[in-house]
Amino acid sequence: MPSAVSATAEAPIALAIKELHKSFGNLHVLKGVDLQAKRGDVVAIIGGSGSGKSTLLRCINLLENPSEGEIAIDGEKIRLKRVGSDLQAADKKQLQRLRSRLGMVFQNFNLWQHMTLLQNLTEIPMQVLKISRAEATSTAEILLERVGLADKRDVYPAFLSGGQQQRAAIARALAIQPSLMLFDEPTSALDPELVGEVLKVIADLAEEGRTMVLVTHEMQFAREVASHVVFLHQGVVEEEGPPAQLFDNPRSERLKQFISTVR
Amino acid sequence: MSHSTAKPWLATHRIVMIVIAIALVAYVTLNMRWEWLPRYTDLIAQGLWRTLWLLALSVFFGFLLAVPIGLVQVTGPRPLSALALGFCTVIRGTPLLLQLWLLYYGLGSIFPSIPEIRDSFLWPYLRQAWPYALLTLTLSFAAYEGEIMRGAFSGVPKGELEAARAYGMSPWQVLRRVWLPRAFHRALPTLGGEVVLQLKATPLVATITVIDIYGVFSRVRQDTFLTYEPLLLLALIYLILAGLLTLVFRHLENRLPVR
Repeated sequence: MPSAVSATAEAPIALAIKELHKSFGNLHVLKGVDLQAKRGDVVAIIGGSGSGKSTLLRCINLLENPSEGEIAIDGEKIRLKRVGSDLQAADKKQLQRLRSRLGMVFQNFNLWQHMTLLQNLTEIPMQVLKISRAEATSTAEILLERVGLADKRDVYPAFLSGGQQQRAAIARALAIQPSLMLFDEPTSALDPELVGEVLKVIADLAEEGRTMVLVTHEMQFAREVASHVVFLHQGVVEEEGPPAQLFDNPRSERLKQFISTVR
Repeated sequence: MSHSTAKPWLATHRIVMIVIAIALVAYVTLNMRWEWLPRYTDLIAQGLWRTLWLLALSVFFGFLLAVPIGLVQVTGPRPLSALALGFCTVIRGTPLLLQLWLLYYGLGSIFPSIPEIRDSFLWPYLRQAWPYALLTLTLSFAAYEGEIMRGAFSGVPKGELEAARAYGMSPWQVLRRVWLPRAFHRALPTLGGEVVLQLKATPLVATITVIDIYGVFSRVRQDTFLTYEPLLLLALIYLILAGLLTLVFRHLENRLPVR
Protein backbone atom coordinates (compact mmCIF):
# COMPACT_ATOMS: atom_id res chain seq x y z
CA MET A 1 0.00 0.00 0.00
CA PRO A 2 1.31 3.45 -0.81
CA SER A 3 2.42 5.17 2.36
CA ALA A 4 0.53 8.36 1.50
CA VAL A 5 -2.81 6.63 1.95
CA SER A 6 -2.50 6.47 5.73
CA ALA A 7 -2.34 10.26 5.85
CA THR A 8 -5.41 10.87 3.70
CA ALA A 9 -7.76 11.36 6.61
CA GLU A 10 -6.50 14.91 7.19
CA ALA A 11 -5.12 15.58 3.71
CA PRO A 12 -6.64 18.54 1.86
CA ILE A 13 -9.06 17.86 -0.96
CA ALA A 14 -7.34 18.02 -4.37
CA LEU A 15 -10.36 17.39 -6.54
CA ALA A 16 -14.06 17.68 -5.83
CA ILE A 17 -16.73 16.95 -8.41
CA LYS A 18 -20.37 17.50 -7.50
CA GLU A 19 -23.49 16.36 -9.33
CA LEU A 20 -21.81 16.25 -12.73
CA HIS A 21 -24.04 15.72 -15.74
CA LYS A 22 -23.04 15.52 -19.37
CA SER A 23 -25.24 15.04 -22.40
CA PHE A 24 -24.25 14.76 -26.03
CA GLY A 25 -27.52 15.74 -27.69
CA ASN A 26 -30.04 13.19 -26.48
CA LEU A 27 -27.38 10.90 -25.10
CA HIS A 28 -27.14 11.33 -21.33
CA VAL A 29 -23.59 10.12 -20.62
CA LEU A 30 -23.02 11.28 -17.04
CA LYS A 31 -25.99 11.37 -14.69
CA GLY A 32 -24.94 13.17 -11.55
CA VAL A 33 -21.48 11.95 -10.62
CA ASP A 34 -19.79 12.89 -7.35
CA LEU A 35 -16.07 12.28 -6.98
CA GLN A 36 -13.49 13.36 -4.45
CA ALA A 37 -9.74 12.93 -4.28
CA LYS A 38 -7.63 14.00 -1.33
CA ARG A 39 -3.99 14.93 -1.70
CA GLY A 40 -2.03 11.71 -2.21
CA ASP A 41 -5.04 9.69 -3.37
CA VAL A 42 -4.85 7.43 -6.39
CA VAL A 43 -8.38 7.18 -7.73
CA ALA A 44 -9.01 4.53 -10.38
CA ILE A 45 -12.15 4.87 -12.47
CA ILE A 46 -13.27 1.55 -13.94
CA GLY A 47 -16.28 0.53 -15.95
CA GLY A 48 -17.37 -0.95 -19.24
CA SER A 49 -17.05 0.88 -22.52
CA GLY A 50 -19.66 3.60 -22.82
CA SER A 51 -19.92 3.93 -19.04
CA GLY A 52 -18.74 7.55 -19.30
CA LYS A 53 -15.42 7.16 -17.52
CA SER A 54 -13.31 8.98 -20.13
CA THR A 55 -15.93 11.72 -20.40
CA LEU A 56 -15.81 12.16 -16.63
CA LEU A 57 -12.02 12.54 -16.70
CA ARG A 58 -12.16 14.99 -19.61
CA CYS A 59 -14.70 17.12 -17.77
CA ILE A 60 -12.19 17.73 -14.97
CA ASN A 61 -10.10 20.10 -17.14
CA LEU A 62 -13.05 21.07 -19.33
CA LEU A 63 -11.80 19.33 -22.47
CA GLU A 64 -15.45 18.28 -22.39
CA ASN A 65 -17.91 20.90 -21.20
CA PRO A 66 -20.26 19.45 -18.58
CA SER A 67 -23.99 20.11 -18.83
CA GLU A 68 -24.49 20.48 -15.11
CA GLY A 69 -22.46 20.35 -11.92
CA GLU A 70 -19.43 21.72 -10.10
CA ILE A 71 -15.70 21.06 -10.29
CA ALA A 72 -13.11 22.31 -7.81
CA ILE A 73 -9.34 21.87 -8.02
CA ASP A 74 -7.44 22.29 -4.73
CA GLY A 75 -10.54 23.90 -3.26
CA GLU A 76 -10.85 26.45 -6.08
CA LYS A 77 -14.12 26.17 -7.95
CA ILE A 78 -13.94 26.48 -11.76
CA ARG A 79 -16.19 29.39 -12.65
CA LEU A 80 -18.72 28.23 -15.21
CA LYS A 81 -21.34 29.93 -17.35
CA ARG A 82 -24.15 28.39 -19.31
CA VAL A 83 -23.81 28.41 -23.09
CA GLY A 84 -26.61 26.50 -24.79
CA SER A 85 -27.02 23.12 -23.13
CA ASP A 86 -23.50 23.07 -21.69
CA LEU A 87 -21.42 24.92 -19.11
CA GLN A 88 -18.28 26.67 -20.27
CA ALA A 89 -15.47 28.36 -18.39
CA ALA A 90 -16.59 31.85 -17.43
CA ASP A 91 -13.04 32.99 -16.81
CA LYS A 92 -10.56 31.83 -19.47
CA LYS A 93 -7.56 33.02 -17.45
CA GLN A 94 -8.65 30.99 -14.44
CA LEU A 95 -9.21 27.93 -16.61
CA GLN A 96 -5.78 28.24 -18.22
CA ARG A 97 -4.16 28.68 -14.80
CA LEU A 98 -5.93 25.62 -13.36
CA ARG A 99 -5.24 23.55 -16.47
CA SER A 100 -1.54 24.31 -16.21
CA ARG A 101 -1.53 22.49 -12.85
CA LEU A 102 -3.21 19.35 -14.23
CA GLY A 103 -0.84 16.92 -15.88
CA MET A 104 -2.87 14.99 -18.39
CA VAL A 105 -1.73 11.78 -20.05
CA PHE A 106 -3.72 10.69 -23.10
CA GLN A 107 -4.52 7.33 -24.60
CA ASN A 108 -2.76 8.31 -27.85
CA PHE A 109 0.16 10.11 -26.15
CA ASN A 110 -0.46 13.31 -28.14
CA LEU A 111 3.15 14.40 -28.02
CA TRP A 112 3.84 17.36 -30.29
CA GLN A 113 5.41 15.74 -33.32
CA HIS A 114 7.35 18.80 -34.47
CA MET A 115 9.27 19.03 -31.22
CA THR A 116 12.00 16.83 -29.79
CA LEU A 117 11.29 15.08 -26.48
CA LEU A 118 13.20 17.79 -24.63
CA GLN A 119 11.17 20.51 -26.38
CA ASN A 120 7.96 18.64 -25.58
CA LEU A 121 8.92 18.73 -21.91
CA THR A 122 10.03 22.37 -21.76
CA GLU A 123 7.19 23.79 -23.89
CA ILE A 124 4.55 24.29 -21.20
CA PRO A 125 6.96 25.29 -18.39
CA MET A 126 8.43 27.98 -20.65
CA GLN A 127 5.37 29.15 -22.60
CA VAL A 128 2.64 28.87 -19.97
CA LEU A 129 4.37 28.79 -16.59
CA LYS A 130 7.03 31.32 -17.72
CA ILE A 131 9.93 29.36 -16.27
CA SER A 132 13.41 30.15 -17.61
CA ARG A 133 14.85 27.93 -20.35
CA ALA A 134 17.75 26.87 -18.14
CA GLU A 135 15.50 25.76 -15.32
CA ALA A 136 12.96 24.08 -17.60
CA THR A 137 15.73 22.22 -19.41
CA SER A 138 17.38 20.91 -16.28
CA THR A 139 14.01 19.72 -14.90
CA ALA A 140 13.21 18.09 -18.25
CA GLU A 141 16.54 16.27 -18.32
CA ILE A 142 15.98 14.88 -14.82
CA LEU A 143 12.50 13.69 -15.80
CA LEU A 144 13.65 12.06 -19.05
CA GLU A 145 16.33 10.28 -17.05
CA ARG A 146 13.68 9.15 -14.64
CA VAL A 147 11.46 7.57 -17.31
CA GLY A 148 14.52 6.01 -18.95
CA LEU A 149 14.67 8.25 -22.03
CA ALA A 150 17.70 10.41 -21.25
CA ASP A 151 19.43 9.30 -24.46
CA LYS A 152 16.37 10.25 -26.55
CA ARG A 153 16.21 13.91 -25.53
CA ASP A 154 16.85 15.21 -29.06
CA VAL A 155 14.75 12.59 -30.86
CA TYR A 156 11.36 13.37 -32.42
CA PRO A 157 8.39 11.36 -31.09
CA ALA A 158 7.72 9.65 -34.44
CA PHE A 159 10.95 7.71 -34.06
CA LEU A 160 9.95 6.14 -30.73
CA SER A 161 7.87 3.12 -29.80
CA GLY A 162 4.43 3.60 -28.26
CA GLY A 163 5.73 2.71 -24.83
CA GLN A 164 8.57 5.22 -25.11
CA GLN A 165 6.17 7.90 -26.35
CA GLN A 166 3.81 7.30 -23.45
CA ARG A 167 6.67 7.44 -20.94
CA ALA A 168 7.73 10.74 -22.52
CA ALA A 169 4.14 11.97 -22.28
CA ILE A 170 4.13 11.12 -18.57
CA ALA A 171 7.40 13.05 -18.19
CA ARG A 172 5.76 15.98 -19.99
CA ALA A 173 2.94 15.87 -17.44
CA LEU A 174 5.47 15.78 -14.58
CA ALA A 175 7.38 18.74 -16.04
CA ILE A 176 4.64 21.15 -15.01
CA GLN A 177 4.91 19.98 -11.37
CA PRO A 178 1.23 19.02 -11.46
CA SER A 179 -0.92 19.15 -8.35
CA LEU A 180 -3.11 16.47 -9.92
CA MET A 181 -2.40 13.98 -12.68
CA LEU A 182 -5.08 12.72 -15.05
CA PHE A 183 -4.55 9.45 -16.93
CA ASP A 184 -6.98 8.67 -19.74
CA GLU A 185 -6.56 4.96 -20.50
CA PRO A 186 -2.78 5.37 -20.73
CA THR A 187 -2.07 1.82 -21.89
CA SER A 188 -5.04 1.14 -24.19
CA ALA A 189 -3.22 2.11 -27.40
CA LEU A 190 -0.08 0.11 -26.60
CA ASP A 191 1.06 -3.25 -27.85
CA PRO A 192 0.69 -5.79 -25.03
CA GLU A 193 4.45 -6.15 -24.54
CA LEU A 194 4.81 -2.39 -24.00
CA VAL A 195 2.10 -2.05 -21.35
CA GLY A 196 4.36 -3.15 -18.51
CA GLU A 197 6.98 -0.42 -18.88
CA VAL A 198 4.32 2.31 -18.77
CA LEU A 199 2.45 0.80 -15.81
CA LYS A 200 5.77 0.59 -13.96
CA VAL A 201 6.28 4.35 -14.33
CA ILE A 202 2.73 5.09 -13.17
CA ALA A 203 3.07 2.72 -10.20
CA ASP A 204 6.26 4.54 -9.15
CA LEU A 205 4.40 7.85 -9.23
CA ALA A 206 1.61 6.40 -7.08
CA GLU A 207 4.25 5.09 -4.71
CA GLU A 208 5.74 8.56 -4.14
CA GLY A 209 2.35 9.95 -3.15
CA ARG A 210 1.28 11.79 -6.32
CA THR A 211 -2.38 12.65 -6.51
CA MET A 212 -3.90 11.06 -9.54
CA VAL A 213 -7.11 10.08 -11.26
CA LEU A 214 -6.76 7.14 -13.57
CA VAL A 215 -9.16 5.73 -16.12
CA THR A 216 -8.02 2.21 -16.87
CA HIS A 217 -8.90 -1.20 -18.20
CA GLU A 218 -6.04 -2.84 -16.30
CA MET A 219 -7.95 -4.28 -13.35
CA GLN A 220 -4.96 -5.96 -11.74
CA PHE A 221 -3.07 -2.67 -11.95
CA ALA A 222 -5.98 -0.67 -10.49
CA ARG A 223 -6.12 -3.09 -7.64
CA GLU A 224 -2.41 -2.75 -6.89
CA VAL A 225 -1.90 1.00 -7.14
CA ALA A 226 -5.26 2.62 -6.42
CA SER A 227 -6.21 3.84 -2.98
CA HIS A 228 -9.79 4.27 -4.11
CA VAL A 229 -11.72 2.64 -6.93
CA VAL A 230 -14.84 4.03 -8.56
CA PHE A 231 -17.03 1.76 -10.66
CA LEU A 232 -19.00 3.73 -13.20
CA HIS A 233 -21.99 2.18 -14.90
CA GLN A 234 -24.22 3.97 -17.41
CA GLY A 235 -23.17 7.38 -16.13
CA VAL A 236 -23.62 6.82 -12.40
CA VAL A 237 -21.23 5.72 -9.67
CA GLU A 238 -22.53 2.22 -9.06
CA GLU A 239 -20.07 1.39 -6.31
CA GLU A 240 -16.87 2.83 -4.83
CA GLY A 241 -14.38 2.07 -2.09
CA PRO A 242 -10.95 0.63 -1.40
CA PRO A 243 -9.78 -1.80 -4.09
CA ALA A 244 -9.77 -4.85 -1.84
CA GLN A 245 -13.41 -4.32 -0.93
CA LEU A 246 -14.52 -3.65 -4.51
CA PHE A 247 -12.69 -6.48 -6.17
CA ASP A 248 -13.13 -9.15 -3.46
CA ASN A 249 -16.56 -8.26 -2.12
CA PRO A 250 -18.50 -6.44 -4.83
CA ARG A 251 -21.96 -5.61 -3.52
CA SER A 252 -23.75 -4.58 -6.70
CA GLU A 253 -24.80 -7.17 -9.25
CA ARG A 254 -23.37 -5.11 -12.11
CA LEU A 255 -19.92 -4.85 -10.56
CA LYS A 256 -19.93 -8.61 -9.91
CA GLN A 257 -20.82 -9.14 -13.53
CA PHE A 258 -18.19 -6.63 -14.73
CA ILE A 259 -15.41 -8.21 -12.68
CA SER A 260 -16.30 -11.69 -13.89
CA THR A 261 -16.21 -10.59 -17.55
CA VAL A 262 -12.85 -8.80 -17.40
CA ARG A 263 -11.14 -11.65 -15.56
CA MET B 1 27.36 11.20 -52.01
CA SER B 2 27.33 8.57 -49.33
CA HIS B 3 25.35 5.97 -51.28
CA SER B 4 28.00 5.78 -54.00
CA THR B 5 29.33 2.46 -52.76
CA ALA B 6 26.60 0.38 -54.37
CA LYS B 7 26.43 2.25 -57.69
CA PRO B 8 29.42 4.27 -58.95
CA TRP B 9 28.45 7.87 -59.67
CA LEU B 10 29.94 7.58 -63.18
CA ALA B 11 27.67 4.79 -64.31
CA THR B 12 27.44 4.08 -68.03
CA HIS B 13 24.14 5.88 -68.53
CA ARG B 14 25.52 8.96 -66.81
CA ILE B 15 28.61 9.01 -69.00
CA VAL B 16 26.40 8.82 -72.08
CA MET B 17 24.22 11.66 -70.83
CA ILE B 18 27.25 13.84 -70.06
CA VAL B 19 28.70 13.27 -73.53
CA ILE B 20 25.38 14.18 -75.14
CA ALA B 21 25.11 17.32 -72.97
CA ILE B 22 28.64 18.46 -73.85
CA ALA B 23 27.95 17.86 -77.54
CA LEU B 24 24.73 19.88 -77.31
CA VAL B 25 26.39 22.80 -75.55
CA ALA B 26 29.27 22.76 -78.05
CA TYR B 27 26.84 22.72 -80.97
CA VAL B 28 24.77 25.54 -79.49
CA THR B 29 27.78 27.76 -78.75
CA LEU B 30 29.61 27.16 -82.03
CA ASN B 31 26.76 27.05 -84.52
CA MET B 32 24.38 29.62 -83.10
CA ARG B 33 24.73 33.38 -82.85
CA TRP B 34 25.62 34.81 -79.43
CA GLU B 35 27.45 38.00 -80.31
CA TRP B 36 24.46 40.05 -79.02
CA LEU B 37 24.79 38.69 -75.52
CA PRO B 38 27.42 41.11 -74.08
CA ARG B 39 25.29 44.13 -75.04
CA TYR B 40 22.33 42.83 -73.00
CA THR B 41 24.00 41.57 -69.82
CA ASP B 42 22.91 44.63 -67.81
CA LEU B 43 19.32 44.36 -69.00
CA ILE B 44 19.28 40.64 -68.32
CA ALA B 45 20.55 41.22 -64.78
CA GLN B 46 17.86 43.83 -64.19
CA GLY B 47 15.15 41.56 -65.57
CA LEU B 48 16.35 38.66 -63.48
CA TRP B 49 16.32 40.83 -60.37
CA ARG B 50 12.76 41.98 -61.14
CA THR B 51 11.57 38.40 -61.63
CA LEU B 52 13.20 37.33 -58.38
CA TRP B 53 11.77 40.06 -56.19
CA LEU B 54 8.31 39.72 -57.75
CA LEU B 55 8.50 36.00 -56.94
CA ALA B 56 9.88 36.48 -53.43
CA LEU B 57 7.46 39.24 -52.39
CA SER B 58 4.39 37.58 -53.90
CA VAL B 59 5.26 34.27 -52.21
CA PHE B 60 5.92 36.00 -48.89
CA PHE B 61 2.78 38.18 -48.80
CA GLY B 62 0.72 35.48 -50.48
CA PHE B 63 1.64 33.01 -47.76
CA LEU B 64 0.85 35.55 -45.03
CA LEU B 65 -2.62 35.86 -46.57
CA ALA B 66 -2.95 32.11 -47.06
CA VAL B 67 -2.64 31.38 -43.33
CA PRO B 68 -5.85 33.20 -42.28
CA ILE B 69 -7.59 32.10 -45.50
CA GLY B 70 -6.84 28.46 -44.67
CA LEU B 71 -7.50 28.85 -40.95
CA VAL B 72 -10.94 30.45 -41.07
CA GLN B 73 -12.13 27.68 -43.37
CA VAL B 74 -11.35 25.20 -40.58
CA THR B 75 -12.36 27.23 -37.51
CA GLY B 76 -15.13 29.43 -38.87
CA PRO B 77 -16.94 31.71 -38.20
CA ARG B 78 -19.24 30.87 -41.08
CA PRO B 79 -19.28 34.26 -42.90
CA LEU B 80 -15.48 34.54 -42.91
CA SER B 81 -15.10 30.94 -43.99
CA ALA B 82 -17.57 31.48 -46.85
CA LEU B 83 -15.69 34.62 -47.86
CA ALA B 84 -12.36 32.75 -47.92
CA LEU B 85 -13.86 29.88 -49.89
CA GLY B 86 -15.38 32.33 -52.37
CA PHE B 87 -12.05 34.12 -52.80
CA CYS B 88 -10.20 30.85 -53.44
CA THR B 89 -12.85 29.64 -55.87
CA VAL B 90 -12.87 32.84 -57.94
CA ILE B 91 -9.09 33.24 -58.09
CA ARG B 92 -8.41 29.57 -58.77
CA GLY B 93 -11.23 29.39 -61.28
CA THR B 94 -10.10 32.22 -63.56
CA PRO B 95 -6.92 32.68 -65.64
CA LEU B 96 -4.13 34.62 -64.00
CA LEU B 97 -3.69 36.66 -67.17
CA LEU B 98 -7.31 37.79 -66.95
CA GLN B 99 -6.90 38.82 -63.30
CA LEU B 100 -3.76 40.73 -64.18
CA TRP B 101 -5.48 42.65 -66.95
CA LEU B 102 -8.63 43.29 -64.91
CA LEU B 103 -6.58 44.82 -62.11
CA TYR B 104 -4.17 46.74 -64.33
CA TYR B 105 -6.53 48.02 -67.01
CA GLY B 106 -9.58 48.07 -64.71
CA LEU B 107 -8.35 49.53 -61.42
CA GLY B 108 -5.52 51.25 -63.23
CA SER B 109 -7.98 53.26 -65.28
CA ILE B 110 -10.39 53.97 -62.42
CA PHE B 111 -7.75 55.29 -60.02
CA PRO B 112 -6.64 58.31 -62.09
CA SER B 113 -10.22 59.56 -62.21
CA ILE B 114 -10.44 59.71 -58.41
CA PRO B 115 -8.84 62.96 -57.18
CA GLU B 116 -8.28 61.61 -53.63
CA ILE B 117 -6.08 58.87 -55.03
CA ARG B 118 -4.29 61.12 -57.49
CA ASP B 119 -3.40 63.48 -54.63
CA SER B 120 -2.40 60.73 -52.17
CA PHE B 121 1.15 59.63 -51.38
CA LEU B 122 0.36 56.31 -53.11
CA TRP B 123 -0.09 57.85 -56.52
CA PRO B 124 3.58 57.74 -57.57
CA TYR B 125 3.34 53.97 -57.10
CA LEU B 126 -0.17 53.41 -58.42
CA ARG B 127 0.70 55.02 -61.74
CA GLN B 128 3.34 52.37 -62.30
CA ALA B 129 2.65 48.85 -63.46
CA TRP B 130 4.56 46.75 -60.93
CA PRO B 131 2.18 47.25 -57.97
CA TYR B 132 -0.60 45.68 -60.04
CA ALA B 133 1.69 42.82 -61.04
CA LEU B 134 2.72 42.20 -57.44
CA LEU B 135 -0.87 42.44 -56.18
CA THR B 136 -2.18 39.98 -58.76
CA LEU B 137 0.62 37.47 -58.17
CA THR B 138 0.16 37.79 -54.40
CA LEU B 139 -3.60 37.21 -54.56
CA SER B 140 -3.11 34.24 -56.84
CA PHE B 141 -0.52 32.63 -54.57
CA ALA B 142 -2.72 33.35 -51.54
CA ALA B 143 -5.67 31.56 -53.12
CA TYR B 144 -3.76 28.42 -54.09
CA GLU B 145 -1.84 28.31 -50.81
CA GLY B 146 -4.97 29.12 -48.81
CA GLU B 147 -6.48 25.91 -50.14
CA ILE B 148 -3.33 23.97 -49.25
CA MET B 149 -3.16 25.50 -45.78
CA ARG B 150 -6.81 24.64 -45.19
CA GLY B 151 -5.98 20.99 -45.78
CA ALA B 152 -2.81 21.26 -43.71
CA PHE B 153 -4.59 22.88 -40.75
CA SER B 154 -7.39 20.33 -40.72
CA GLY B 155 -4.88 17.49 -41.07
CA VAL B 156 -3.02 18.24 -37.83
CA PRO B 157 -4.02 15.50 -35.36
CA LYS B 158 -6.71 16.81 -33.01
CA GLY B 159 -5.02 15.15 -30.05
CA GLU B 160 -1.95 17.38 -30.31
CA LEU B 161 -4.11 20.51 -30.23
CA GLU B 162 -6.10 19.06 -27.36
CA ALA B 163 -2.92 18.38 -25.41
CA ALA B 164 -1.85 22.00 -25.91
CA ARG B 165 -5.21 23.21 -24.60
CA ALA B 166 -5.23 20.71 -21.74
CA TYR B 167 -1.95 22.17 -20.47
CA GLY B 168 -3.32 25.70 -20.30
CA MET B 169 -2.26 27.25 -23.61
CA SER B 170 -4.41 30.12 -24.83
CA PRO B 171 -6.00 29.71 -28.29
CA TRP B 172 -3.37 32.08 -29.70
CA GLN B 173 -0.54 30.03 -28.15
CA VAL B 174 -2.03 26.81 -29.52
CA LEU B 175 -1.99 28.35 -32.99
CA ARG B 176 1.46 29.87 -32.74
CA ARG B 177 3.27 27.02 -30.99
CA VAL B 178 1.54 23.89 -32.30
CA TRP B 179 -1.11 24.31 -34.97
CA LEU B 180 0.68 26.62 -37.42
CA PRO B 181 4.13 24.98 -37.26
CA ARG B 182 2.59 21.53 -37.63
CA ALA B 183 0.44 22.66 -40.56
CA PHE B 184 3.42 24.37 -42.18
CA HIS B 185 5.48 21.18 -41.97
CA ARG B 186 2.67 19.23 -43.57
CA ALA B 187 2.29 21.79 -46.36
CA LEU B 188 5.99 22.20 -47.11
CA PRO B 189 6.38 19.50 -49.79
CA THR B 190 3.42 20.92 -51.74
CA LEU B 191 4.62 24.47 -51.14
CA GLY B 192 7.91 23.80 -52.94
CA GLY B 193 6.09 22.79 -56.10
CA GLU B 194 3.75 25.77 -55.81
CA VAL B 195 6.66 28.22 -55.64
CA VAL B 196 8.08 26.77 -58.86
CA LEU B 197 4.64 27.15 -60.48
CA GLN B 198 4.58 30.73 -59.25
CA LEU B 199 7.98 31.36 -60.85
CA LYS B 200 6.63 30.11 -64.14
CA ALA B 201 3.58 32.38 -63.80
CA THR B 202 5.69 35.54 -63.48
CA PRO B 203 6.31 36.08 -67.27
CA LEU B 204 2.67 37.19 -67.56
CA VAL B 205 3.62 40.51 -65.95
CA ALA B 206 5.46 41.40 -69.16
CA THR B 207 2.01 41.84 -70.73
CA ILE B 208 1.43 44.88 -68.50
CA THR B 209 4.82 46.46 -69.24
CA VAL B 210 6.73 45.09 -66.25
CA ILE B 211 10.06 44.15 -67.79
CA ASP B 212 11.00 40.93 -66.02
CA ILE B 213 13.48 38.42 -67.38
CA TYR B 214 10.96 37.27 -69.98
CA GLY B 215 10.30 40.88 -71.00
CA VAL B 216 14.02 41.47 -71.51
CA PHE B 217 14.30 38.49 -73.82
CA SER B 218 11.25 39.59 -75.79
CA ARG B 219 13.10 42.82 -76.43
CA VAL B 220 16.24 40.93 -77.44
CA ARG B 221 14.17 39.02 -80.00
CA GLN B 222 12.70 42.21 -81.43
CA ASP B 223 16.09 43.92 -81.61
CA THR B 224 18.09 41.05 -83.07
CA PHE B 225 15.45 39.20 -85.13
CA LEU B 226 16.74 36.00 -83.50
CA THR B 227 14.29 33.39 -82.21
CA TYR B 228 16.00 30.31 -80.85
CA GLU B 229 19.07 31.76 -79.17
CA PRO B 230 17.28 34.13 -76.74
CA LEU B 231 14.51 31.64 -76.03
CA LEU B 232 16.94 28.79 -75.34
CA LEU B 233 18.94 30.96 -72.95
CA LEU B 234 15.71 32.10 -71.27
CA ALA B 235 14.60 28.51 -70.86
CA LEU B 236 17.96 27.66 -69.32
CA ILE B 237 17.64 30.55 -66.85
CA TYR B 238 14.14 29.42 -65.72
CA LEU B 239 15.39 25.84 -65.48
CA ILE B 240 18.26 26.87 -63.21
CA LEU B 241 15.97 28.99 -61.02
CA ALA B 242 13.45 26.17 -60.69
CA GLY B 243 16.27 23.74 -59.89
CA LEU B 244 17.63 26.02 -57.17
CA LEU B 245 14.16 26.44 -55.64
CA THR B 246 13.67 22.68 -55.65
CA LEU B 247 17.01 22.19 -53.91
CA VAL B 248 16.17 24.80 -51.25
CA PHE B 249 12.82 23.16 -50.48
CA ARG B 250 14.31 19.69 -50.49
CA HIS B 251 16.85 20.89 -47.94
CA LEU B 252 14.07 22.35 -45.75
CA GLU B 253 12.04 19.16 -46.04
CA ASN B 254 14.97 16.99 -45.04
CA ARG B 255 15.26 18.89 -41.79
CA LEU B 256 11.72 17.94 -40.81
CA PRO B 257 11.12 15.22 -38.25
CA VAL B 258 8.89 13.04 -40.39
CA ARG B 259 9.27 9.37 -40.76
